[in-house]
Amino acid sequence: MTRELTQNKIQKIWIPSKDDKPAMPRKAGGGPHLANPPTVIVMVGLPARGKTYISRKLTRYLNWVGMPTKVFNVGEYRREAVKHYSSYDFFKSDNKEAVQIREQCALAALRDVKIYLTELGGQVAVFDATNTTRDRRDMILDFGAENGFKIFFIESICEDPNVIATNIMEVKVSCPDYQDCNKTDAMEDFQKRIECYRVNYQPLDPDDYDRNLSFIKVIDVGRRFLVNRIQDHIQSRIVYYLMNIHVQPRSIYLCRHGESQHNLQGRLGGDSGLSTRGRKFAGALAKFVEEQNLKDLKVWTSQLRRSIQTAEALDVPYEQWKALNEIDAGVCEEMTYEEVRERYPEEFSLRDQDKYYYRYPTGESYQDLVQRVEPVIMELERQENVLVICHQAVMRCLLAYFLDKSADEMPYLKCPLHTVLKLTPVAYGCKVESISLNVEAVNTHRDRPEEIKRVPGTLIRRNSVTPLTSHEPTKKPRIDALDDPSIPELTPAPLTFCASTNSSLTLTTQTHCVPLPESHVGAAVSENLKRCASESHDIPQLCQ
Amino acid sequence: MNGSTITPAVTAPPGGGGAMPRSQRAHASVPQFTNSPTMIVMVGLPARGKTYISKKLTRYLNWIGVPTKVFNVGQYRREAVQTYKNFEFFRPDNEEAMKIRKACALSALKDVSIYFTEDHGQVAVFDATNTTCERREVILSFAKENGYKVFFVESICDDPEIIAENIKQVKLSSPDYVNCDKEEAVADFLKRIECYKVTYVPLDDDRDRNLSYIKIFNVGSRYLVNRVQDHIQSRIVYYLMNIHVTPRTIYLCRHGESELNLLGRIGGDSGLSPRGNRFAAGLGKYIRSQCIPDLKIWTSHMKRTIQTAEAVGTTYEQWKALNEIDAGVCEEMTYEEIQEHFPEEFALRDQDKYRYRYPKGESYEDLVQRLEPVIMELERQENVLVVCHQAVMRCLLAYFLDKSADELPYLKCPLHTVLKLTPVAYGCKVESVFLNVEAVNTHRDRPVNVSVDRDAEDALVTVPDHI
Repeated sequence: MTRELTQNKIQKIWIPSKDDKPAMPRKAGGGPHLANPPTVIVMVGLPARGKTYISRKLTRYLNWVGMPTKVFNVGEYRREAVKHYSSYDFFKSDNKEAVQIREQCALAALRDVKIYLTELGGQVAVFDATNTTRDRRDMILDFGAENGFKIFFIESICEDPNVIATNIMEVKVSCPDYQDCNKTDAMEDFQKRIECYRVNYQPLDPDDYDRNLSFIKVIDVGRRFLVNRIQDHIQSRIVYYLMNIHVQPRSIYLCRHGESQHNLQGRLGGDSGLSTRGRKFAGALAKFVEEQNLKDLKVWTSQLRRSIQTAEALDVPYEQWKALNEIDAGVCEEMTYEEVRERYPEEFSLRDQDKYYYRYPTGESYQDLVQRVEPVIMELERQENVLVICHQAVMRCLLAYFLDKSADEMPYLKCPLHTVLKLTPVAYGCKVESISLNVEAVNTHRDRPEEIKRVPGTLIRRNSVTPLTSHEPTKKPRIDALDDPSIPELTPAPLTFCASTNSSLTLTTQTHCVPLPESHVGAAVSENLKRCASESHDIPQLCQ
Repeated sequence: MNGSTITPAVTAPPGGGGAMPRSQRAHASVPQFTNSPTMIVMVGLPARGKTYISKKLTRYLNWIGVPTKVFNVGQYRREAVQTYKNFEFFRPDNEEAMKIRKACALSALKDVSIYFTEDHGQVAVFDATNTTCERREVILSFAKENGYKVFFVESICDDPEIIAENIKQVKLSSPDYVNCDKEEAVADFLKRIECYKVTYVPLDDDRDRNLSYIKIFNVGSRYLVNRVQDHIQSRIVYYLMNIHVTPRTIYLCRHGESELNLLGRIGGDSGLSPRGNRFAAGLGKYIRSQCIPDLKIWTSHMKRTIQTAEAVGTTYEQWKALNEIDAGVCEEMTYEEIQEHFPEEFALRDQDKYRYRYPKGESYEDLVQRLEPVIMELERQENVLVVCHQAVMRCLLAYFLDKSADELPYLKCPLHTVLKLTPVAYGCKVESVFLNVEAVNTHRDRPVNVSVDRDAEDALVTVPDHI
């Protein structure tokens, strides 16, 4: 009567035999499937209130914890449809032509949301637009009801002029819309743009009109929150995340312990102490930390000896997290890679086939690590300046979170010994500086072997930002049914943001990958609204 | 590796931190992010669930390792005024009573102070109505003088049905109404509430904008959160937003008897024995007979729990977090073998079973951290059956039944027995259901001699029988 169980070879998960496809990872193995109907998160708020910032950060977090999520930014669709932005007049509510275009853009984005959630395996879609009127929100609610999607609103409310001005300077002034303007003109135009929206802005009303909706109002950059009718687990996690993030400037330093005895022998795991060079690194790290001259640096280590010994050299208080311990290699603990290949040849090969999902026998996978390390990420979000002294696999997980790397890339991120990565939040992303402390160490990095082909059907989590130029197989015209000639179909263009065309993060000592917008649109800004029957397929880069 | 022989330096506390040394015990798996002690101050009219929240929150915080205690001013009042007559005591114009009530509050505050300074408490829940600005000011001044953080939890509810249900569940059986008949008690209590309403000033969005608080509306349909200061307040908010009061039942059981159980071996990933399979079938029958609407079934990633769930026949979810405690170097050994190969470890474990971590393995304390997301999701859910393992089940049970860290590792969770937990009043009703399939006993009591020099006989005296 009871079905036979077999253990699937990559994730070591027990499943009924008839379901087993050898070596095929199950989509969501590590944690239970706690989100069933797809969810559309709908941003609400005037321009420059942090909606895109929140959209992207939240999406990065959800993807990292294993929930396929994507941002749909209506402004991007508008920039596609209207190649040249002239001035705030476009946003006046009596500009009938523009109003129509803007509505078409929203509809096009919703169509893509639907495709993402029903055909492309998406679980959460973040609809990033102002959505400041009841009409617009009602339209979205109808869309949700028709398709069986849950709707959760995130409204950002802020009236502090300093915060608004800072936002505009950080992300608006350098946006494609203003690439031919000087900063003062851009600021002025943008402020007028905000006023266009303010006229018709109807905030969510928890007491009456919107009392049955599920939403969170984020007030004054997180000073206050109003949370209404959380429906399920994912909404609860989203609320918790939003309540823990902040925008205070700060830096996060990630590094590994100093070179250990096992490192010297090429052994995995274990709990050995530092080698001589490792101790030297610890001393260099102490000097480095002092030179950074930070107020209030928190130092975190794992509970393994090599990480603690490294922290001890700093002679400052530190906190130990078991959650930061290195990935458990199970039966392979303390073996060299050669020994693993000899004694467990099949396991060795399976790991190379799918390093993210592969779980060592009686050990862990990167996927397990992500779950384990999530509370550390949550606390990192709450904190300010932190130095995390951890281990190779753990550091890859943390780095993948900050740099929005996919599950596929994560196990191959380069995290060499004796190198500190300094992460500083900037605009919508994260600046990375790689600082080698000039103490020699062995190389412990194993690249993805060339001869391993991608196993068909392996789940690859996409990056979370929706560039219009993503390599999706079916492209549709984004805007249709307008009187003017339709916008031609897009052809995929190379992704150029963040230098991530390689699968591994190549660290340099230069400032890395600040997502700076570039634009190929060379035409002069014109006074009139120009619809582009576009000749060129040079798509303006993301306004990041 | 193991935490019992390597003792990393417990590092100096950062500057400040009030009266309490920062608690980073050498073996704790997660930093205790608490520096200043915190007072959670309840606010709200009677019968709004303040004591319910206080007790539940306290139970949760203690379980995750944050020493917490409730200070219920009503109890102080019952001490001071041995017999309760009627609602007139609570009239705002009853000067004598007002004096007594204020004295009770101050007495409770004094005990809060003692709890923090002498008893190593970290969080104190001040459970009273605290419905006037004046009373809250007293508390804020007290906290400021002593360097305590303050976080208010206000419960606002206007649904007369909810109020009536609350009164029925917990007020009628209160010592105040021990000699009254039901209707009299209800009438009196409602008048009591009216006394408070006269002077009730809720936390105000404007006037109280610099305070840290959460307002809970209508049992959780809406929350207003203001100025969360730190980690513990953030966790408290998250917890409060996940709990609910909808009636439901949680079923806890272990997997059926496994092959390794029969051999007296711990850990591993073996399958069910024939008796284990019979239990699984019996479990399926039992569950079906309970006719539980929308039952969720959760298992670990280990074969024996999954095989057990398979027999129930409906879909189940696997949680790696529900895996049995990792016995590290002792995996798949019998207790006799552990005594033979690691006699010192074996003794250390008996000395402090909660905190003891197997070499390259885990401790119960680690288990609790690992299980916290499971508890959080259990709070969100309604009817759930959790098929897990001995140590894991002990941890979950300790949460629901408010058992201390000392008791937790010795809770009895025998094979082939389902524990049915139903929330009731301020606690949890437990029914133990043995499904009539024999199994080995895997429970090992603490032996009398826990010294590292003890001989094998003393060490093994409480080991249950096996093949």
